[in-house]
Amino acid sequence: MLDVGPGTAVRVRGMQPPGHIRTPHYLRGKAGVIERCLGLSGNPEQLAYGLPGASLPLYRVRFTMADIWGARAERPDDTLDAEIYGHWLEETV
Amino acid sequence: MGGDAAGPLQQQNGRPVEHDFALWEKRVDALMVLMTTKGHFTVDGLRRAIEDMGPGAFETMSYYDRWIAAVNQNLVESGVYTLAELGEKMEQVARRGSTYGQASLAGA
Repeated sequence: MLDVGPGTAVRVRGMQPPGHIRTPHYLRGKAGVIERCLGLSGNPEQLAYGLPGASLPLYRVRFTMADIWGARAERPDDTLDAEIYGHWLEETV
Repeated sequence: MGGDAAGPLQQQNGRPVEHDFALWEKRVDALMVLMTTKGHFTVDGLRRAIEDMGPGAFETMSYYDRWIAAVNQNLVESGVYTLAELGEKMEQVARRGSTYGQASLAGA
């Protein structure tokens, strides 16, 4: 499980399992930077099915429009923050 | 729906149109708060059930139509009532007649 601080470069995992997942599809596989750590939160992927949700680290991750849309970005330097659970993030070097 | 054109926002005098909620819609909202507060399910369960309805539900059902169906799905799954109990209750309510809702609205 990812356990990192603000400023860490990360990539959202690109996996596509079916089911209730809060990680937006348009951010999967995209690179961003940890903006802040939001502490532990119950895993919605378990809570959604009536199961106890494991406490997982939740992060606010900042992406630039260029990160997300590449050359198609109209304003490449605009940023977007998304809240993503640690098990969906991989540290990039 | 993600990826589909949603059309323009409904506007009146340059401001977004505010929608009034019907009494039954407010009751669905209250039921959701009550059931999750009691711990029968979570907002994640509501979202999961709505997603599982598929894209067609967003065209054929209203917002609170989808909510009450998803609340029901979660309550059945968590064992608050059985399908037979639900069916019996629906028959009881139907026997009140088609004007019962108007009477309850008048008293609201």
